[in-house]
Amino acid sequence: MRLHEYQSKDIFSNYQIPIPRGRLASTPEEAKLITEEINGPVVLKAQVLVGGRGKAGGIRLVKSPDEAEDVASKILGERIKDIPVRRLLIEEAVSIQQEIYFGMTVDREKGETLLIASAEGGVDIEEIARLSPEKIFRVNINPLLGLRDFQARNLATDIEIPRELWRSFIALSRSLYNVYTDLDATLAEINPLVITTGKRLVALDGKIIIDDNALFRHPELLDRRDITIESPQESEARKFCLSYIKLDGNIGCLVNGAGLAMATMDIIQHKGGQPANFLDIGGGASSEKVAAALRIMLTDKQVKTILINIFGGITRCDEVALGIQQTLADFDTNIPFVIRLVGTNEAEGKQILADSNLITADSLEEAAEKAVSLSQELSA
Amino acid sequence: MSILIDSETRLMIQGITGNEGNFHAGQMLSYGTNIVAGVTPGKGGDWVLGGKVPVFDSVKTAVEMTGANATVIFVPSRFAADAVLEAADAGIPLIVCITEGIPVKEMLRVKAVIDRQNVMLIGPNSPGIIAPPYAKVGIIPSTITQKGSVGIVSRSGTLTYEVMYALKQAGIGTSTCVGIGGDPIIGNNFRNILSHFEGDPQTDKVILIGEIGGQDEERAAAFISEHMTKPVIGFIAGQAAPPNKRMGHAGAIIEGGVGTAESKIKALKNAGVQVANYPEEIPDLLPKI
Repeated sequence: MRLHEYQSKDIFSNYQIPIPRGRLASTPEEAKLITEEINGPVVLKAQVLVGGRGKAGGIRLVKSPDEAEDVASKILGERIKDIPVRRLLIEEAVSIQQEIYFGMTVDREKGETLLIASAEGGVDIEEIARLSPEKIFRVNINPLLGLRDFQARNLATDIEIPRELWRSFIALSRSLYNVYTDLDATLAEINPLVITTGKRLVALDGKIIIDDNALFRHPELLDRRDITIESPQESEARKFCLSYIKLDGNIGCLVNGAGLAMATMDIIQHKGGQPANFLDIGGGASSEKVAAALRIMLTDKQVKTILINIFGGITRCDEVALGIQQTLADFDTNIPFVIRLVGTNEAEGKQILADSNLITADSLEEAAEKAVSLSQELSA
Repeated sequence: MSILIDSETRLMIQGITGNEGNFHAGQMLSYGTNIVAGVTPGKGGDWVLGGKVPVFDSVKTAVEMTGANATVIFVPSRFAADAVLEAADAGIPLIVCITEGIPVKEMLRVKAVIDRQNVMLIGPNSPGIIAPPYAKVGIIPSTITQKGSVGIVSRSGTLTYEVMYALKQAGIGTSTCVGIGGDPIIGNNFRNILSHFEGDPQTDKVILIGEIGGQDEERAAAFISEHMTKPVIGFIAGQAAPPNKRMGHAGAIIEGGVGTAESKIKALKNAGVQVANYPEEIPDLLPKI
């Protein structure tokens, strides 16, 4: 689960990580009021969970309360990369001497947390990492020991933080590491972390991603999920614990298992078709879950054909068949279903669907070929 | 000879009285796996699976009483990290964790501990291991397997079944199939399993089934070109997947262009690995040895 910038900064603030003064506004009037309170130049920042927000016009510097109101009325309700802007974070403008990149995430290879820092932070950090990898410094943290002061100090010298700021940098590093571990984050990032002209470290931006598998021990975070950015299909998928990603093609795919779901998309593409989605019903799905998955695809107007590929292990083919049967009874649809069922209770599953008007296939390859040719006929 | 498990394996099942643990224990038993014990705290003294398998309260007791030398874990995700540590603490050399959904932070700590011990962890989020016809540890359906000389190592579950099914239909059998698990932090990577296959007399070729994300396939490719004499056939799922939902800049910096299907396929091909376009193409690519 991704947290918004304002949510991340709330948390930073609780951990004594310095952030600019500011508050959230959802109307131009509020934006004006907050700017009056701050009493100086402010930055208006659109709270949308997409990258490249600044380059898309979602971050604006303004000098007066009236200008804040005016600019806020323009940005609020706009869409940035297709996400509507509903809230603005209004913050005092900070005079910047240097922008640093500072973040931590999981190092899958070493099985540790990895701290990453660079003296050249800001929006082009990925470009810098690609072109000048020597400017990126990394420190691995043993999960049993946690972050040690010397590691933070080494990073401070690597990225040439002035000596008088070492103490604050070490404290900030420790705080960010605590945020990361206390919240079960898989990413905690400050970009940029700035040195102000007044020689203070301030987190100008913040990004936190929480491990979904650990949300059960953070009930307080669940309320912070921003469901306004979800499509109806995505909300439905989340409700039924389906792993669903919408794509651009016209062949809806329903598969058990993430690897097999990806392989099913691959073969569709290999045979000349385009998948409309990634959809993994997981292991041991109930008929209700299968029906929900089919509903999601049937309400996607781009879908011309549905390909169901089930390799039953924990998942039972008869349970899947019941979900399909139920959906066919509920929906008056002329979208063709291509079905391939193999594995646990395959015979029972096929029996349930024997009288339904479905296209069956014995192999994945055959199923993909049939779905692709149907989708091409129907789009022609 | 298979790798990791065989008919001598004395298997324990943690979470044997749960729904899934019980069902799959039955499947493993009827496959002929030598199940010597089950563990469920609070159910010690019971006998399950038609009175064939004794249940103990702790792994320690189970090992003392039965000499179990491998364990498979079916306990729910919030208790699974503890189950792995309990098994490692009792000195069980092979731990297979089927459970999915263990928090990353828990696994980082578990891995830091077990890497210092003489323990082999497979998983978590693994379908397990099968060595036809000797033993099955986990949930791989036995009907799709037959004995043979092809080693399989995979990050996926059902995709692995798809490949085994295609092999069986082509009359090709398996020496051992190992699901290393689909989570970001796992006990053993492709390289460790490849090196076991390289040293296994029964295995004469290997299939590696990877997917997008992480760098394990790229590193496996380097291992293959340096250390493997046996032919390897690869498949990478996710060629049609959109670029990974980004993990901030940090993720992009770490991965630095690797981690995509394209990068993995290229690395494998450079290491002399033939890469299939889809699962059912794999049997045709296997060299006829």
